[in-house]
Amino acid sequence: MIGRNSLFGPLDPAPDAGYEAPPPRKGFFTDTSVCIGCKACEVACKEWNDVPENLFQMLGTSYDNSHSLNANQWRHVAFIERPGRSTAPDQPDRLADPATPPVDIGMPTVGAPPSGVPDEAKPDFQWLMSSDVCKHCTHAACLDVCPTGSLFRSEFGTVVVQDDICNGCGYCVAACPYGVIDRRTGPEGDPSVGIAQKCTLCYDRLTDGQRPACAAACPTESIVYGDVEQLRQQANERVAALHEQGVMDARLYGNDPEDGVGGTGAFFLLLDEPEVYGLPPDPVVTTKDLPHMFTRAGMAGTALLIGAALSFVRRRS
Amino acid sequence: MAGSRSLLPWPVLRQLLDGDVLGRGRSVRSRRTDEVEPRTATADRVARSVCPYCAVGCGQKVFVKDEEVVQIEGDPDSPVSRGRLCPKGSASKNLVTSSLRQTAVKYRAPYATEWQELDLHTAMDMVADRVVRSRRDTWQDLDEHGRKVRRTMGIASLGGATLDNEENYLIKKLFTAMGAIQIENQARI
Amino acid sequence: MAEAHPVGFQWVVEAKKRGARIIHVDPRFTRTSALAHQHVPIRVGSDIAFLGGIINYVLENELDFRDYVVSYTNAATIVSDTFVDVDDLDGLFSGFDPETRTYDPTSWQYESEDTDADLHRSQADSSGDHVEHRETAAGMQHESHGSSVSARPMRDETLQHPRCVYQVLKRHYARYTPEVVEQVCGVSQDDFLAVCRAWTENSGRERTTALVYSVGWTQHSVGVQYIRAGAILQLLLGNMGRPGGGIMALRGHASIQGSTDIPTLFNLLPGYLPMPNAAKHHTLTDWIESVRNPGAKGFWANAGAYGINLLKAYWGDAATADNDFCFDYMPRITGDHGTYRTVLDMIDGKVKGYFLLGQNPAVGSAHGRAQRLGMANLDWLVVRDLFEIESATFWKDSPEVETGEIVPEECRTEVFLFPAASHVEKEGTFTQTQRMLQWREKAVEPPGDATSELWFFYHLGRMVRERLAGSDDERDRPVLDLAWDYPLHGDPEQVAAGWGEPSAEAVLKEINGYEVATGRPLSTFTEMKADGSTLGGCWIYTGVYKDGVNQAARRTSRHDQSPVAPEWGWAWPLNRRILYNRASADPEGRPWSERKAYVWWDPEKGDAGEWVGDDVPDFEKTKPPSYRAPEGSEGVEAIEGIDPFIMQGDGKGALYVPQGLVDGPMPTHYEPVESPFRNLVHGQQGNPTRKEYRRDDNRMNPVPDDDHADVFPFVFTTSRLTEHHTAGGMSRYLEHLAELQPEMFVEVSPALARERGLEHMGWCHVITARSAIEGRVMVTERLRPLRVEGRIVHQVWMPYHWGQSGLVSGDSANDLFGISLDPNVLIQESKVGTCDVRPGKRPRGTALRDYVDGYVARSGAVDHVVPVVTASADAVRRSHDVQEDGKDQHAPHQVEDR
Repeated sequence: MIGRNSLFGPLDPAPDAGYEAPPPRKGFFTDTSVCIGCKACEVACKEWNDVPENLFQMLGTSYDNSHSLNANQWRHVAFIERPGRSTAPDQPDRLADPATPPVDIGMPTVGAPPSGVPDEAKPDFQWLMSSDVCKHCTHAACLDVCPTGSLFRSEFGTVVVQDDICNGCGYCVAACPYGVIDRRTGPEGDPSVGIAQKCTLCYDRLTDGQRPACAAACPTESIVYGDVEQLRQQANERVAALHEQGVMDARLYGNDPEDGVGGTGAFFLLLDEPEVYGLPPDPVVTTKDLPHMFTRAGMAGTALLIGAALSFVRRRS
Repeated sequence: MAGSRSLLPWPVLRQLLDGDVLGRGRSVRSRRTDEVEPRTATADRVARSVCPYCAVGCGQKVFVKDEEVVQIEGDPDSPVSRGRLCPKGSASKNLVTSSLRQTAVKYRAPYATEWQELDLHTAMDMVADRVVRSRRDTWQDLDEHGRKVRRTMGIASLGGATLDNEENYLIKKLFTAMGAIQIENQARI
Repeated sequence: MAEAHPVGFQWVVEAKKRGARIIHVDPRFTRTSALAHQHVPIRVGSDIAFLGGIINYVLENELDFRDYVVSYTNAATIVSDTFVDVDDLDGLFSGFDPETRTYDPTSWQYESEDTDADLHRSQADSSGDHVEHRETAAGMQHESHGSSVSARPMRDETLQHPRCVYQVLKRHYARYTPEVVEQVCGVSQDDFLAVCRAWTENSGRERTTALVYSVGWTQHSVGVQYIRAGAILQLLLGNMGRPGGGIMALRGHASIQGSTDIPTLFNLLPGYLPMPNAAKHHTLTDWIESVRNPGAKGFWANAGAYGINLLKAYWGDAATADNDFCFDYMPRITGDHGTYRTVLDMIDGKVKGYFLLGQNPAVGSAHGRAQRLGMANLDWLVVRDLFEIESATFWKDSPEVETGEIVPEECRTEVFLFPAASHVEKEGTFTQTQRMLQWREKAVEPPGDATSELWFFYHLGRMVRERLAGSDDERDRPVLDLAWDYPLHGDPEQVAAGWGEPSAEAVLKEINGYEVATGRPLSTFTEMKADGSTLGGCWIYTGVYKDGVNQAARRTSRHDQSPVAPEWGWAWPLNRRILYNRASADPEGRPWSERKAYVWWDPEKGDAGEWVGDDVPDFEKTKPPSYRAPEGSEGVEAIEGIDPFIMQGDGKGALYVPQGLVDGPMPTHYEPVESPFRNLVHGQQGNPTRKEYRRDDNRMNPVPDDDHADVFPFVFTTSRLTEHHTAGGMSRYLEHLAELQPEMFVEVSPALARERGLEHMGWCHVITARSAIEGRVMVTERLRPLRVEGRIVHQVWMPYHWGQSGLVSGDSANDLFGISLDPNVLIQESKVGTCDVRPGKRPRGTALRDYVDGYVARSGAVDHVVPVVTASADAVRRSHDVQEDGKDQHAPHQVEDR
């Protein structure tokens, strides 16, 4: 059926996609406050899903040499070196030559708005790490625009590419508000070259009751896999605990069913504004206006159909 | 009725009948999707192993299918690692199945500029000959102070801290019996 | 810890979630710092000053856990009145001989109740000759046992006697004030005192603090003393032998612990028995007595059984009581035969053949150029590895081929590269860093001609024996009489052809030990007999094959047992998971507190009480806390109910080490061999007893007081990245790891980048007297200049994973280091040096050597060699005079054959 929120707003996506009594929706809660940037998730993902190498290039963005989520990178750990308030007078570095402008160290330049936490309450220099992944949106534009049915909603509420159906049209690539899905361009000889690729939340493992490879490997439980409902609760508790410990920057990202994508199946606890991590601050499903467009297109289509039927009737008569 | 059966696979009908009107879920699943099984479930056997990188000693489960390693992942039963692995441990399958691994003996003759391949047993013979010869040529019954030392200073060994205890035991036992004493390990480094 | 042991770090994260405070002391801000509550940047090489400062804080404020310290440590023991500390001797301890640069430790000994010199016997016998101790890295024997001091030294339990260890220690560390720490380490007093407060407030009856170090600590010219400093602090605060406490060494390789327990080390035999030395061990009795140390307490008293069981395991039926169990078959060491000495001997043409077993010294050892030049001067080299590593290809593509120092057509070394089996293609045990053995099942056959080391060495031994068969040469008897018949299994065709795989389980059973007549595996090393009726290859591993069951293969899920998890694998000794855990209970045997209960005395258990708890008690099960040793007892009988440190000669944790260490009874701050600073604490600049090889091919950078010291103005250090493994042999060849860190880089602070004109992601090169290497520039605030001795010092950091081969390649940071060694264990100082950093790539080809030579000439390192002893002449003389006095006073101590 088409529900009121089938294209926008809070929704349990699996029943909406025709599954009767599906298992509870599955997802990831990525708690970046305990991420140590070890990249076990990146490697475990590649080993399990036979994802080939991405690029052998040092990027200079701290310890991130994976660049971004793409067809050959289904998990991506971002590293952000956040200077502390140490304009500290005792820091010899600044003492040496206060007039010299800071050296560019390649950090993302998207400016984060002030967080509202007073400077003196902020920790000193911070090295933030966060493992990014496909969000498995409640309203997944990639899936909505896929003309072949290659992208589908699984019984776990996740969004998965079916390699055997994808024709490489690339509509999904443009549709994703996070820039996650991508067509594989190499290496040569890889069976999935030309095909859209992204995290499947290890769909095959889920069918056997196993955890996704990244979550299974994660040494510090920064990546937690489970039922989305429970994860949201766990995330709220974690934020509260961190606030209690004085980590006032802690906030959730993607957990809100009222947001532009209906909440994500993979959501995050961040220690700074989303932009700092390279995440869009307010993503909106690109097919949000589809019902509106659909109504218009439907009217036009109906008119055409009626016209065709009429001509048919006329011809028969 | 034959007619309706033949109509069933038609996507639009499937969408309607499956309750997946927008064609985003149940109705668009391919046969391969329906039949998918993880390699961990179809493996012939699982070996309990230990990660070969650092000394934390994380438990590993090694999944084998048709005599090939198809997956290595953390052992959730391990009280040390609780099933987790770091990037190196997670790359263990890559280590074992890498196409860059050596699988034949390579030999570089004196003054040669290229490798040549050697048969394993031939190479073993050659090494055994050299060990016996070097031992003979450099044997010391007494040191320069006339003290009994019964050893060779002509044969040395180094490594490695990823060897098994049983291997280190045999190495030390054999070299000691042969009188070779410069037997060293990463543990000194 | 998060960088190199991420999975171990999960427990730190877990502790943090439960409220633990995490402090990270490291020269640079790492992944570990990112999750710590406090990161303390420290100058590389100043750790003893830092820890000494905390020790001073504890003692000044009497914050030690007094009940623990009095009963369980040697704090109360009285030190000889001839001992003179560094404060009075400009950085030297008493007994220094400037000729040999070693100490006579006689004056360091404990005071004895008896004037009869015989009672000193147990102390003096093993205090020994420090020249020989240094040459043979004798300190390593202490991995499983402490100093073999006499059982009952004089004590003052009030800790008031001016010469009791507590007071000696207090005076020794009084210099390490917060001001001195700030000056030497570059750590602000606020930061330092915050660490002091956190550590002390979290230690005591109710709480324990854990100290974790990674083995970069060992790679210093004072490496052993770093760890000693940690041990002193943890003992003072009562954190040893207790849950949540202790000192955890994060070792870096899957079975590097096993590689010392069952060593492939020149100076050790399995179970930390010493390799026989031509100078001292003329007979079996000499050898055993030197370990057994008559007069001391503890389980080393049974050393005779351990030694004889090893000989019996080696030579089987040929080893009998009549022939001293073939003790004469053992080759003898006569000095330093360590890996660095051996490499220099290769350069000098003294070594013919070299085996490299899963080891890549061309990248992984200090002074890479010396390593490669040594390999190029052999008759033959056998490399066994998974990949074609740099050590196998030095003859065709090493940096020295580029500089013209190795010419393939002129290099005579024959090279055999044998493909090795991986960890899933063979079975056997690894011993992880907490002494736990875990058996690995074999998953698949190795590919092609790849074989295990077990296979290789078994068949090599077989073939050598075949070649020597029939020899009547006496030198061949040890080979021909060797017990070398292990059952073969595996592919039936290979077995039939005589090329089968030896049974690792059979080897493990031999290591465990068994009754010769019946084959019954021993359950504990106390079953070992000195009469030849039992054999066993490594006494500390006895029990791993208890009841004929491979205990290391146990895999009871953590969900189905206690948190201590005694049924997962097997830990030596006797499956004890926390060593010296008797200390987790108070002197009366009750837990120090309910929340820290671990092992305790239950008077109701058994006939007359037993030790019980969560772990296997590291104590005789039925010896009550009230037990006091009878007069004149020794060995196990002499261990009293309040002596938790059962391998120590006096049963006590050592705050002060009267013997066993070459460089002094207490850690004292010395500057690294290469340092831009003078030692602020003493006139003696560096460790006066360090091992040096002064040769043209091993030049060290000058230090201050030398006019040229500013040629190398910066401090550099190296360590690992999470994404790679040591010399890269197991990571640079894997696409999923190599792509994560694809290039060699050099981390510098923004300030240094400005000073030297370095651009982020541009190229730079780093120069020392050994070589120059290049890398991409990583400018980061994670590295911070420090203010030391009133001026700014820049520290440079590099990973050391790259070489010329693999999917990703680059220069090797270990090429920058020279060779100078810790005197106790002969491990190289490869975590600190001085350097220059310049923008751009390094010169190529022969120009590289010219460039480095230019630096060497400017630095004066050619003809101006920095003296090792820099303490004042007066101090040297007075220190030596104490030794001379000692000779007169304790003449019997000098019986060592020199």
